[in-house]
Amino acid sequence: MIGTLETGYGVWSALYWLLGLVVLFIIVYFIYSLGGKTVKASGDKGKPFLSGNEMEKEKIHVKASNIYWGFTEALKSYYTPLKGGHTGNINDYVSWFVVVLAIVLILAGGL
Amino acid sequence: MINEHLPALIIGIPLLAAFATPLISKINDKLRNIFVIGILGATLCLVISLAFNVFNNGIFVYVMGAKSPGLTLPSGYKMPVRIILEVDGMSIFMAIITSIVSLLGAIYSWAFMHKETGKDKYYTLLLILAAGMFGMEFTGDMFNFFVFLEITSIAACGLVGFRINRGESSEAAFKTMVMYTLGALFVLFAIGILYGEYDALNIATLASRIRYTMLDKIALGLLVTGLAMKAGAVPMHMWVPDAYAEAPAPITMILVANSQASLYGLFRVCFTLYGLTISTYTLGWIIIILGVLSMFIGVTMALIQKKIKRLMAYHAISQTGYMLLGVGVGLAVLSDANALNTYGLKAMEGGIFHIMNHAMYKGLLFLTAGAVIYATGKRNLNELGGLAHKMKFTAIFFIIGAAAIAGLPPFNGFASKLIIYESVYKFNPMLSVIAMLVSILTLASFVKVFQSAFLGPEIIEVKKEPKSMIFAMLCLSVIIIAFGLFPDIVVDKIVAPAANALVNSMQYIAAILGGA
Repeated sequence: MIGTLETGYGVWSALYWLLGLVVLFIIVYFIYSLGGKTVKASGDKGKPFLSGNEMEKEKIHVKASNIYWGFTEALKSYYTPLKGGHTGNINDYVSWFVVVLAIVLILAGGL
Repeated sequence: MINEHLPALIIGIPLLAAFATPLISKINDKLRNIFVIGILGATLCLVISLAFNVFNNGIFVYVMGAKSPGLTLPSGYKMPVRIILEVDGMSIFMAIITSIVSLLGAIYSWAFMHKETGKDKYYTLLLILAAGMFGMEFTGDMFNFFVFLEITSIAACGLVGFRINRGESSEAAFKTMVMYTLGALFVLFAIGILYGEYDALNIATLASRIRYTMLDKIALGLLVTGLAMKAGAVPMHMWVPDAYAEAPAPITMILVANSQASLYGLFRVCFTLYGLTISTYTLGWIIIILGVLSMFIGVTMALIQKKIKRLMAYHAISQTGYMLLGVGVGLAVLSDANALNTYGLKAMEGGIFHIMNHAMYKGLLFLTAGAVIYATGKRNLNELGGLAHKMKFTAIFFIIGAAAIAGLPPFNGFASKLIIYESVYKFNPMLSVIAMLVSILTLASFVKVFQSAFLGPEIIEVKKEPKSMIFAMLCLSVIIIAFGLFPDIVVDKIVAPAANALVNSMQYIAAILGGA
């Protein structure tokens, strides 16, 4: 059948997946439509809320640097040497190139 | 008549057009833009025509300057002496990518470069870059490959440093030039070794003669390292974020295809040139390790970037890792017929399919980044926010590109990654687990970009995206969705022939030397 891809272990069909998604969407929409319609987005309920403080919209936008702060902080011991290795110095770029060449030559010698 | 000369025309037309471009620029800017787009459109048509020829009739051989284009061995000759273009399934697969990306890059450039000066030089270099990539992909001659490699390097560096009002682009162009030159020197040194030993430059002739002496091993090491560097493999990747981040957005998209042309060179060397002689198991593992390092270090570095194009450049490195992993597994089991047929060939198909998918979705993502920079004048994600309010089309295209690169169904990235996960799992489950983990981190990284740049309140002034930019992004989005919905057609028609062309190196040799 068109759209069915053999993947090695089994098959994948995006068309069937989409069909499943449509069915899921209909079920979700049905449940959603059963909900109450009394919530108003205007007034106090529509305002941004952050830890009990009212803030301006512009100030609540989370900046890119703050996203995943916890992740990078927890992996500090991984990131510190990794960032240190990316010096931006062309001499280091060439050094890594030569190091890889040496390793590949040693390994190729044993082929 | 034209059909006989297709490979030469595909290289020659953009090359000649490149030198005509500055002259046409003298008449009219609009005419020049139409001319460049027309030339690249015509080249795409020729590539499609050649693709039909190759997929229906097998390897297409073209001897430059011979009485008959197919005459590889004139009577009395034991080896070819002329430059030969040899187009098999893998070559034409790469050419399809190059032609699509170059054409859409030129279309996008129309509006993106509208206010820039020196566009005659810009379009000249763009056409030279395209011609160089076609040359790398079609040539059957090692020295000719080096010449085209250098042509692409010079054009690419010129385009990376095209705007010198930002000091960073000059620095990026300098660093890229140093790395490209060093890599090309390694390649040239290796070709010199092979020529000195075997008195030949033709790839098929060399492949039939290589005995794998110590000198051949040195040449292999030089070729693998030089080409892997230009493909952006870790830890030789550091020029990539510099170059990709500083080049104009449409050029960055073409630079991705340029790196893939080097990846093609790497695969051609490993499979065709050395595949018959060496134990490919160790070489396959070298490629796999480079792939895993590229995947993991690329994505973890991307996660902490603040500049939008630099972040995407690290993802380009990460995605190259998938290609190296898939094809590396195929190389590692090349001499084991059972493993090759069970999962090796499938892994290669996954890796090769990912080359095309990556060119499309990464191209789209770089174009969306270009649209953001065009509309806001800002590159730092910390200074962006709420762009989806005004840039609705770009936001939708970004979602499509981000979902594809993260491997979410039903987009094309999912299809190729799924093949890689499943086939690589049979070779080594841990490699497959790492590949899946990298996909999760990729998704996390693009969620960050979407949240910080497109969501939230409007905090900056935004210009509307011009139509030509939207058109180029739309074309790529349509390809991504089509390849995602019908991956089986793409795999059966163009990916499987490419994988088979790499595996069956005897066919490549026999097309030139006869026999086998």
